[in-house]
Amino acid sequence: MNLKKLVIEPLRKANPVTVLVLGICSCLAVTAKLEPALVMGASVTVVTAFSNLIISLLRKGIPSRIRIIVQLVVVATLVILIDQFLKAFAYDVSKQLSVYVGLIITNCIIMGRLEAFALSHGPIESFMDGLGNGFGYSLILIIVAFFRELLGSGTLLGYQVIPQSLYDAGYQNNGLMILPPMALIIVGIVIWITNKDNQNK
Amino acid sequence: MRWLENWFERHEPKGRWSWMESTYDAFRTFAFAPNRVTNSGCHVRDAVDLKRAMITVVIALIPAMLFGMWNIGYQSLHAGFWQNFWFGFLRMLPMLAVSYIVGLSIEFTFAQIRHHQVNEGYLVTGFLIPMIVPVTTPLWQLAIAVAFAVLIGKEVFGGTGMNFLNPALVARAFLFFSYPTRMSGDSVWVAADLWGTDGITSATPLAELAAGMKPTASALDMFIGTIPGSTCETSVIAILIGAAILLMTGIASWRIILSVMIGGGLMGLVLNYDCQIPFYYHYLMGGFMFGAVFMATDPVTAAQTNIGKWIYGLLIGAFAVMLRVINLAYPEGMMLSILLMNCFAPLIDHCVVAQNIRRRKRR
Repeated sequence: MNLKKLVIEPLRKANPVTVLVLGICSCLAVTAKLEPALVMGASVTVVTAFSNLIISLLRKGIPSRIRIIVQLVVVATLVILIDQFLKAFAYDVSKQLSVYVGLIITNCIIMGRLEAFALSHGPIESFMDGLGNGFGYSLILIIVAFFRELLGSGTLLGYQVIPQSLYDAGYQNNGLMILPPMALIIVGIVIWITNKDNQNK
Repeated sequence: MRWLENWFERHEPKGRWSWMESTYDAFRTFAFAPNRVTNSGCHVRDAVDLKRAMITVVIALIPAMLFGMWNIGYQSLHAGFWQNFWFGFLRMLPMLAVSYIVGLSIEFTFAQIRHHQVNEGYLVTGFLIPMIVPVTTPLWQLAIAVAFAVLIGKEVFGGTGMNFLNPALVARAFLFFSYPTRMSGDSVWVAADLWGTDGITSATPLAELAAGMKPTASALDMFIGTIPGSTCETSVIAILIGAAILLMTGIASWRIILSVMIGGGLMGLVLNYDCQIPFYYHYLMGGFMFGAVFMATDPVTAAQTNIGKWIYGLLIGAFAVMLRVINLAYPEGMMLSILLMNCFAPLIDHCVVAQNIRRRKRR
C-alpha cells in the first residue's frame, strides 16, 4: 500500500473531522485559543499513531471478543503518558486543556482507526494511517482556532495581531467567537467548503 | 409604462450574457407581474404571491418606521417635530442602506450561483434589521451581522422559505452575543450626535425593571412610544396599526399574535409578586409587541398547524416574560424566546399532526 497516500488522504478527502464527522466535541472545547489547539492536535496525533502501531503489532494475538478492552488499555496508557508529560513540561497549557487531555481516550477517531485499520493492516502502514488521521484532526483544530482567536481575542498564540490603532478607530473583538456555538458554526463552514471541494474533484 | 416593458424585452440576456438571467429576472418581475403558470400538477392560484405578501409586510412596518425616526430625534434633541424627524431620518438612512446593500448583494450572488430566481424574502428582513437594533450600532457591525444572518441564517439552508430561524432575529442575536457592550446597557439607546456612535446615558424601562425599579415612564408614554429603546420597537400604537394591516390582509396569523399576548399576560400575572408592576406593562415595554406582531408571525419559521400556532405563541409570550423577570442578565427576553420557539416549531407541528392521525385512527 502507498504509505504517502495514507498520510495525505486524511488531510482533505477522508478527513476524520469534516468528512467522517468524528472528534467534534474536543474540536468545540479546545479551539478558543490557538495554543491549546496545537497541543491538543499534537497529543491526539501521537496517541493515534502509537496506539495504531501497538495494536497492529498485537493484532494476531488479541482474541476478537476482548479486543475493545485491549484497545482501551493501550489508548489509556498512552493518554496518561501524554497527560503526565504535559503536566511536567507544559503546565500552563495542561491547565487550559484540563479534562480534555484525559478525554482523548474517548475520542472517536482513535477507536475508529484501531477498529477499521490497525486490526487488519501491518504495523508501518498502521502507524502512517494514525499519523495521517492525527494530522487531519489537527488541521481542522488549527483552522478553527486560528479564526476564533484572531476574531475573538485579536491575538494569535497570545501575541497581539490586530493593531491598537484599529481598536482606537472603533473596532471591537467579536464576543461570539469565544463562545462554543461559533466553533460549531466554523466547523460547519469548513465542512461545507470541504464537501464542495470533494464534489468538484 | 410601455417603454419600460419594451426596454426589458430588448435587453433579455442571451448568449454570453445568459448567466445574468437571475438578476435580470429579479428586476423584470419587480417591475411587472410575471405571467408564468405552473404547467404540471394541481396548483392553487391566489392574487397574493410572494412579492405582494412581502410588500404588504413592508407597508405594515412603515408606521413603526416613521414613528421610530421621529423618536430617535425626540430622544436626542427634544426639538420641534420636523427637526426630530429629520435627525432620525438621517440616522436611519445609513443603517437601511447598509442592511439592503450587504444583504441583497449576498442574495443576488447566491441566486446567480444556484441559478435560482432572486426572491423577495430579503425585502422584509432588510427592513426589519435596522428597526430592532440600538440607534448607535456602528455600521460595520451591522454589516457583519447582516452578512452572518443571510449566509448562516438563510442561504446555507437553501434560501428564502428554507430557513428555520427568523433571519432578522439571527442578525440581532449575532450582535447581542458578539458586541454585548453595544447592544445593551444604558448608553446605547440615544444618539449623542448626528454621525457618531456615542450615546447619551438613558435607561430603558426594561433596564430599570432589571435593576429592580419600577419604570419611570408612565404607561401612556410607553404606549405612545416616547421612551428610549431599539430604533423602531417603542411605539405600541404604530405597531398596532401595522398589526391591523397584517390581519386585514391575512398575512399574519391572528392566532399567533393573540396567543403570544395571552402567554405573556399569564406569565406576567404569575410572576407579579416578584416585580411589582401590572402585568400589562410587559406589553408596553421593550420589543414585546414588535416581536409578537412582526417576528413571531413569520410564516416560514412559525408553527404551521392551528393548534401548533397556539402552543408556539403561548410559549413565546411566557418565556419572554419569564426571561425579563427572572433572568436579570438579559433585560429583554423576546428575541431569545422567539428564536427558541423557532427551533421547536417543527417539533410542535410534528406532534400535532401525529396526534391528529392517532385520533382519527381510533375512530
